[in-house]
Amino acid sequence: MKYVDEYRDPAMAEHLIEEIRRLAEEPISIMEICGGHTHAIFRAGIDQVLEPQIRFLHGPGCPVCVTPIEKIDRAIALARRPKTIIATYGDMLRVPGSESTLLKEKAKGAQVKMVYSSLDAVALAEKHPDFEVVFFAVGFETTIPANGFSILRARELGLRNYSVLCNHVLVPPVIRFLLEDPDVQIDAFIGPGHVGTVVGSEDYRFIAEEFGRPVVISGFEPNDILQSVYMILKQRQEGRRQVEIQYSRAVKPEGNVRARAVLNRIFEPVDQEWRGIGTIPRSGMAIREEFRDYDAEFKFQSALTLSPAQESPACICGEITKGVKEPWQCESFGTACTPDNPIGTCMVSSEGTCAAYYKYQFLKRAAGGMLG
Amino acid sequence: MEERRTPPRAHTLPETIQLAHGTGGRLTHQLIEQLFLEYFRNPYLEGMNDQAILPGEGGRLAMSTDAFVVKPYRFPGGNIGDLAVNGTVNDLVVGGATPLYLSASFILEEGLPVRDLVEVVESMAAASAVAGVQVVTGDTKVVERGSADGLYITTSGIGRIPEGIDWGPHRIREGDVVILSGSVGDHGASVMIERFEMEFDTQIESDTACLRDLVEAVRDVPGIRCMRDPTRGGLATTLNELSQSSGLNLRIRERDVPIRDEVRGLCEALGIDPLYVANEGKLVCVVAPEEAEEVVRRMRRVKEGREARIIGEVTGELPGLASLETLLGAVRVLDLLAVEQLPRIC
Repeated sequence: MKYVDEYRDPAMAEHLIEEIRRLAEEPISIMEICGGHTHAIFRAGIDQVLEPQIRFLHGPGCPVCVTPIEKIDRAIALARRPKTIIATYGDMLRVPGSESTLLKEKAKGAQVKMVYSSLDAVALAEKHPDFEVVFFAVGFETTIPANGFSILRARELGLRNYSVLCNHVLVPPVIRFLLEDPDVQIDAFIGPGHVGTVVGSEDYRFIAEEFGRPVVISGFEPNDILQSVYMILKQRQEGRRQVEIQYSRAVKPEGNVRARAVLNRIFEPVDQEWRGIGTIPRSGMAIREEFRDYDAEFKFQSALTLSPAQESPACICGEITKGVKEPWQCESFGTACTPDNPIGTCMVSSEGTCAAYYKYQFLKRAAGGMLG
Repeated sequence: MEERRTPPRAHTLPETIQLAHGTGGRLTHQLIEQLFLEYFRNPYLEGMNDQAILPGEGGRLAMSTDAFVVKPYRFPGGNIGDLAVNGTVNDLVVGGATPLYLSASFILEEGLPVRDLVEVVESMAAASAVAGVQVVTGDTKVVERGSADGLYITTSGIGRIPEGIDWGPHRIREGDVVILSGSVGDHGASVMIERFEMEFDTQIESDTACLRDLVEAVRDVPGIRCMRDPTRGGLATTLNELSQSSGLNLRIRERDVPIRDEVRGLCEALGIDPLYVANEGKLVCVVAPEEAEEVVRRMRRVKEGREARIIGEVTGELPGLASLETLLGAVRVLDLLAVEQLPRIC
């Protein structure tokens, strides 16, 4: 665990901060795509230390935040089905659908279980043969292979009561979508570290080559992020536009070949709706026909014909996810929409931009602190 | 007779109880303030301390109660029995009381192995001996299989508070110093590993311990303002409660808060903040600045306080909020958690 200390060392941090200040002659906007980075930036106060030269824009990299409301409604509809267990990651329990959440359904008696991996969901199916176990799977390239592996495992075990309601999304298409949007002003990207462990760095080359923006794939400790900002500034100073890996202790340029193979065997790219943003071509991953028996949307088609989803009109999560607006610019932020009672998805997940703003800055600002 | 009034604030409570109502965070506080406090209101309860301080003949009495529902009921470093004794004893001693008597109620699930119950009761007897208390009354109920996770225990305790002791958030002043007796997150981390059957190559033991000796070692220092044991909700929740009650800002420094490498590693892996993870044998103490070093010295002489250190100060900057100076020197608010911390997805 020693390397963690190294990446939290205050003396090293101080040195990097000085270097960044020296290099940042004019203010620049850097988007961190991954919600884990958003959280880490706020938790360590990196945004406070580097302002005003560095402005962080918080990208669409929280899988909870971008899951469309229809999908949540479907998970809730399945949770209400008798003899059905919905298994999912913790954060998904609190995401508001049109009129409920999985957590509220659980409190009313639905069988909703929080799991740590898709294999735990397979184990539930093995343990409860009289129940249909539906794993509500969300996530980027990081989690797709493991969730695919659960399907292979269920097939190997001969389980017929396991299926996956999936909402998998891909990073590169949404970045392209953002870069093509004239409202979005991004000078450089901090690339997602965990996604990088699976896909490597090649998928991001278009950002540097087609759009001329530096990308540095970063780890999650404070000094990782500071070093990534430094590497971005260095590229700009030297007139380079490249994809670099700061998180080299975990990310190889080619990624994890075995994980990519599982991903491509079980899933195929589809057009995908991103909550608040819209439909982006080939930005989602759906279960291939060969594995249809494990696709909850196919298996329970009749139970999933629902009335159209109702999104709250007060929510500007889409613009926040694109980095066009800040949480402060949302009328509901901190008033109608709080972590206790989230209206929009950005306030739900600990990786969501609004939740991070609220948790780390809102109260301070409200108390007339230094950000006021 | 006066007509029973309906407290107006209770109407803002949600329709159903959720797990987050029991985690010590914002929803727990809402339930206490909008329901229990509204209906039971009296000066003793309004103190909102870990113990009620009651008038008694021959000195004041302290009374405390706590229910223990930990899952699993056995974990590295202890079991629900130690917790049930130490938890209530600690709630008494942090108010300055000498603990005297305990009651113990058992809710047992049909099918519980008797040898497990024997093990738990043995631990309670041993913990009671260490704490110098006697279990003087109790109750036993059995519920149907599936209605409980093995066994639940509720303990209540009574202790006596010596003359001259008046500890509480009302005594906290700007410029006071915050002392912590040792590393945070050990108990919660040990339970998480057991609960989720996680494969983790190092053993993390619960810090379940009786704080009586530690408190007695510093009890006669006149500058002690207030003590708390940061259990459910962790250090951050306790600092929040003290900040709210005193109307001041308890600010701690990230670099001075001890967290074991194993605990930090587990929390990093799960995406959980160790400052909100439960402890069962730690003490937070707010002390006048001129006596802080003396308190640390005395604490370090006691086994439970060997790692005691100053972790922060009381300021007037962010009234009613707790805050943290990060490793980079930035200051952020340590808010109450809205819901239980949930592991991250990516």
